[in-house]
Amino acid sequence: MEALHDKKAKLLEEIANRIRETIIETLVEAGSGHSAGPLGMADIFTAFYFHILNHNPKKPNWEERDRLILSNGHICPVRYVTMAYAGYFPLSELKTLRKIDSRLQGHPHRTSLPGLETTSGPLGSGLGQSVGVALAGKMDNKKYQVYCLMSDGEQDAGNTWEAAMFAGKNKLNNLTALIDRNNIQIDGYTENIMPLEPLKDKYESFGWHVLEIDGHNFEQIVDAVNVAKAVYEKPTLIIAHTIPGKGVSFMEKDYLWHGKPPTREEANVALKELRTLGGKIQSEHQ
Amino acid sequence: MLNKEAKLNPKLFLEEVEQIPIRNGYGEGLLIAGEKNKNVVVLCADLSESTRSEAFAKKFPERFIEMGVAEQNMATIAAGLGVSGKTAFISSYATFSPGRNWEQIRTTISYNDSNVKIAGHHAGISVGPDGATHQAVEDIATMRVMANMKVFVPCDAIEAKKATVAAAKLWGPVYLRFVREKTPVITTEKTPYTPGKAQVLWQSKKPQVAIIACGSLVYNALVAAKELEKEGIGTIVLNNHTIKPMDEEKVLEVARKCGAVVTVEEHQVMGGMGSAVAEVLAKKYPTPMEFIGLQNTFGESGKPTELIEKYGMGVKAIKAAAKKVLKRAR
Repeated sequence: MEALHDKKAKLLEEIANRIRETIIETLVEAGSGHSAGPLGMADIFTAFYFHILNHNPKKPNWEERDRLILSNGHICPVRYVTMAYAGYFPLSELKTLRKIDSRLQGHPHRTSLPGLETTSGPLGSGLGQSVGVALAGKMDNKKYQVYCLMSDGEQDAGNTWEAAMFAGKNKLNNLTALIDRNNIQIDGYTENIMPLEPLKDKYESFGWHVLEIDGHNFEQIVDAVNVAKAVYEKPTLIIAHTIPGKGVSFMEKDYLWHGKPPTREEANVALKELRTLGGKIQSEHQ
Repeated sequence: MLNKEAKLNPKLFLEEVEQIPIRNGYGEGLLIAGEKNKNVVVLCADLSESTRSEAFAKKFPERFIEMGVAEQNMATIAAGLGVSGKTAFISSYATFSPGRNWEQIRTTISYNDSNVKIAGHHAGISVGPDGATHQAVEDIATMRVMANMKVFVPCDAIEAKKATVAAAKLWGPVYLRFVREKTPVITTEKTPYTPGKAQVLWQSKKPQVAIIACGSLVYNALVAAKELEKEGIGTIVLNNHTIKPMDEEKVLEVARKCGAVVTVEEHQVMGGMGSAVAEVLAKKYPTPMEFIGLQNTFGESGKPTELIEKYGMGVKAIKAAAKKVLKRAR
C-alpha cells in the first residue's frame, strides 16, 4: 500500500468529516445507539475503506479480500456509514438502522449484510474470530490481511487475552489488531473501571509487535498498517489514541455519550460544528 | 422383538456384547471426515486423548489446533475458521464446551451461522468418579434452545462415528454429545443412520408404551423392553438420536400406537430430550408421559452403574415408569 501524500490525506479528512455528519443524522433517525465511539473511529474507518483495504464493494464475498473485523460491534454506525459511502449499499438504507426488517442490525449480523465478516457486539470475542480467519488464511496460503478493530473496554474480557496468547504463540503475522484507545467505557473511564495500563507492555509480553499512534492522523494510521504488514514473525497491535465523540465539542471525552444518540436539537448543534470544522470555516451565508 | 430392519448387533442381549466408549466413534469419525474433506479441522482444549481427537492430530497435524485450556477462545477461533471455508470441530468436556463458552457459541457460531461442530464429551453422570463438576447434565437443553443449532446424541460408538461423519457433511452448527464410559454396542455398520430420522429398535406385537430414548441409555431402554415383554407389557423403543430437528412424525406415530410414553435420557429432565418430545405431543397428540433422567439434582462421585441406579435411570426405573404411565394411557 502506498504511503499517503498530502492530497490524499486531505481527501480522507473530507470523507471522514462527511461520515461524521452522516453518523449524527443516522443516530438521530435511529433514536438509539452509540455516539462517542463511532465519531472517534471515523478517521480510522475512513483510512481502511478508502485507502488501506484491498476490497471490492461490488464483490463483498471476493475470496482474496482483506478482512476487516469489528469486535466492538456497538460502534457499527461508523462501519455502516463508511460502507455506504464506499459503495456497499445505498446511503438511503442508513435510515433503516435499528428498525424492523433492516439489514442494519443494532449490532452487526454477518448473514444480514454482505461485507460484514463476523457477527459482533458481545465484547471480547472479536479477536478470537479474527485469529480463526487469519489461521484459515495461513492454512490456505492466502495473501489477505486480517484486521481486527477492538475497543479498550473489551480488554477487560478474558477471551481477548486468550486470543492474544494464541496469536502470539502461532506468530500470526497476517493479523493486525487495532485498539480504539479512547479511555472510556459505559460506566466511566477505563483506568477507574479496570486499569489496562501498561497495555503496550502487556501485548509485547504476549508476543506481539506494538505501535502507538494518534488515531486521528491519517499518515500515522497508514504508516502503522504498513509497518504491521512488514513485521514478519509476529502479529501487530496498533494502539490508536482517539478522542471519543471527536468533532463534536460537547461529546468529546465524555463517557456519558458512550451509549446514547443525540436529540434532534443536539444533532443540529453537532452538525453545525462538523460543517464549520468547529467554527474554523465561516460560510458566506452566515 | 428387535426390529430386523435396524440390523442391530446380534449379541445385543448377550453377556459377551462388545462394550466400547461412545467417544471412540468421534475419533474414528474425525479420521473419515478428515480424509474425505481437506477443510476439516479439529480444535481441542488440552484434552486430545480423552476426547479421542489425538488420532486426527497424529494423522493430520497441520489441521489439528491445540487451544490449551481456553474453551471460549476455542469457540471464537472455530467461528472464524468456520466462516473462512473450514469445517471446524471443537472438542472438550461438555461442562466446559458448550458449558463455559455458551455465549460465544450463541453469538459467534450459531447466530453467525459458522460451520462449526461442537463435540461435548463426558456428558451425563456416567462420567463417574470425577463427580458433578465434570458431569454435564444440562447440555441438551442449552444447545437445543439455540436457534440454528442441530443436536445429535448417538447411542453407541458406531452411531457416534456415523453422526460425526454426517455432521461434517452438513453445513452449519451442530452439537454432538458423547459419554465417557464403555457402553454396549447396539448398532452395526449396516444399521441405517440419517440425522433427523428416529429409529424403532424394538417393537412388541401389541405395544402399550413407547419408550423414547437417546444416547447411552438406549441400551437400558432395550433391556427394560425385553423384560417388560416377558411380564406381558408390550413396548416400542425409539432411538431418538436427533434431538433437533426432531423426527416429529415418528414420535407422533409411536405415541399414537401406544397411547403412553416414557422418555429416557442421561440429562436433567427439565429442558432435555423428554421436554422436546412433550412439546411435540402437547401440540399434536397429548399423551401421558413419564420422564427418566436427573430430577433437578446434580450428580456425585461413584461408579457409573451405581450412579445410574441411584439417580433413577436404570432398567428397574424405566420399567417402573412404563408401568406407572400405562395406568394413565389414553
